[in-house]
Amino acid sequence: MAYRWKNTLKESDVTCEAAFLNRRQLMAGFAGSIVAGGVGGQALAMGPWKGEGLGEPNSWDDITSYNNFYEFGTGKGDPVKYAHMLTTAPWSVKIDGLVDNPGDYAFEDIMSKMTIEERIYRFRCVERWAMIVPWNGFELADLLELAGVQSNAKYVSFETALRPDEMPGVRQPVIEWPYVEGLRLDEAMHPLTFVATGIYGKDIPNQNGAPLRLVVPWKYGYKSIKSIVRITLTEDEPPTAWNKYSAREYGFYSNVNPNRSHPRWSQEYEQLLGQGLFAEKTPTLMFNGYEEEVASLYEGMDLLEHH
Amino acid sequence: MSIAAAINGPVRAVPAGLIYVGSLIYTLWLFWLGIDGQLGPNPVEALEHALGEAALYMLVAGLVVTPVRRFSGISLLKFRRAIGLSCFFFVLVHLLTWAVLDVQALDRVWADILKRPYITVGMAAFILMVPLALTSNNASVRRLGTSWRQLHKLTYPIAFLGGLHYLMLVKGWQVRPMIFLAIILLLLFVRFKQKARSPKT
Repeated sequence: MAYRWKNTLKESDVTCEAAFLNRRQLMAGFAGSIVAGGVGGQALAMGPWKGEGLGEPNSWDDITSYNNFYEFGTGKGDPVKYAHMLTTAPWSVKIDGLVDNPGDYAFEDIMSKMTIEERIYRFRCVERWAMIVPWNGFELADLLELAGVQSNAKYVSFETALRPDEMPGVRQPVIEWPYVEGLRLDEAMHPLTFVATGIYGKDIPNQNGAPLRLVVPWKYGYKSIKSIVRITLTEDEPPTAWNKYSAREYGFYSNVNPNRSHPRWSQEYEQLLGQGLFAEKTPTLMFNGYEEEVASLYEGMDLLEHH
Repeated sequence: MSIAAAINGPVRAVPAGLIYVGSLIYTLWLFWLGIDGQLGPNPVEALEHALGEAALYMLVAGLVVTPVRRFSGISLLKFRRAIGLSCFFFVLVHLLTWAVLDVQALDRVWADILKRPYITVGMAAFILMVPLALTSNNASVRRLGTSWRQLHKLTYPIAFLGGLHYLMLVKGWQVRPMIFLAIILLLLFVRFKQKARSPKT
């Protein structure tokens, strides 16, 4: 079900970014729209949105040159330098576990079945920096529906590609490879939970997690796992990469929460990137500003304990 | 003429003031890059890291002077004060950048110093550096006599705390801060081993 969520947006004039609308993203968008029936016009109009209260999205350069993708090195500039080594075509995602239709799903087949839409989301890293990113992609729920989730599935686990020949960073055991992440099934099925395949209408660059990566906007950035090769439906809570490194610092849920500081640094404030040397810090928002949409998922839970 | 003597001659002609000038120019250049938008989307972080690393390099350089003279005969002693003071300068600007441009509020600065171990460690190193910087002049050396040497042995815990500060702030098991700390520990080990062997002079 595409288009289940909208920014509180107003449509503004076409910006130059729209001129770059990539063929694959656009065509997949059209195809999906036609399948969805009658919303093609909407797909066309999408692109240059300006989120109310969200601010202007960060520039393409900011979004694609300042990345945490430790498979390519721990420096923020390492991914843009080395991620070109990653082969992203052909690409397939193995979907297995508690699903009706397990198997290897070719990226192009997935794209042909999904409705590509744009979502402008706030993106908040655990390190306290934030961006506003215009993603293109589809809801994770749509992909899971394609695989057919069985009734006893309670969690979804994800795995990033692990290719030592193409990923210079994995020679160092910075964390345990391959990178793995997980969501509770209701989180995974939430309309905000997105699989991004593009940014600003262009194919998503390798350093941002090509050809497809998760985007969970109310959680810290490391939950939004990149370059996914495997999705497994499970009954038990799956292990997650940073939690294995330090459970005290990185919980399974990892919801953005100003009241629960990282043991080594406060999470009360954050820095929106691209604002220059004298930029002001701003208060961190509960669930990264998506409280209205997602708070109900955690009703009755102690979010300090289940951080 | 030995190799060491051949090197020591020209080295003596290099003024130590170049180190002060170089450190100042480097810092001003970093700030200019930041103001000019050339430090990427997170210029404050880039500045903090560059200044912190410069301080670590200076710490290591300061610790290297004595063993280099001992093992090779090459004397860089005349540069040691400039190295130490430049290190203090980098740490001071690093700290101010963090407090003013990054944390931006005094209550949060205090909270971080008290609650965040890596900041406590960094702050402790800075505080230990203050008396060393204040006594880095000929008058103090004369006035304090042998206790000046004792006081300036604070360099050893400072170097350790500096390396530890870096190691404690990174995410994951990263190699670079480990190498820095390993080099610092090696230099301290060489120092103590040699002290244990030779009687006090």
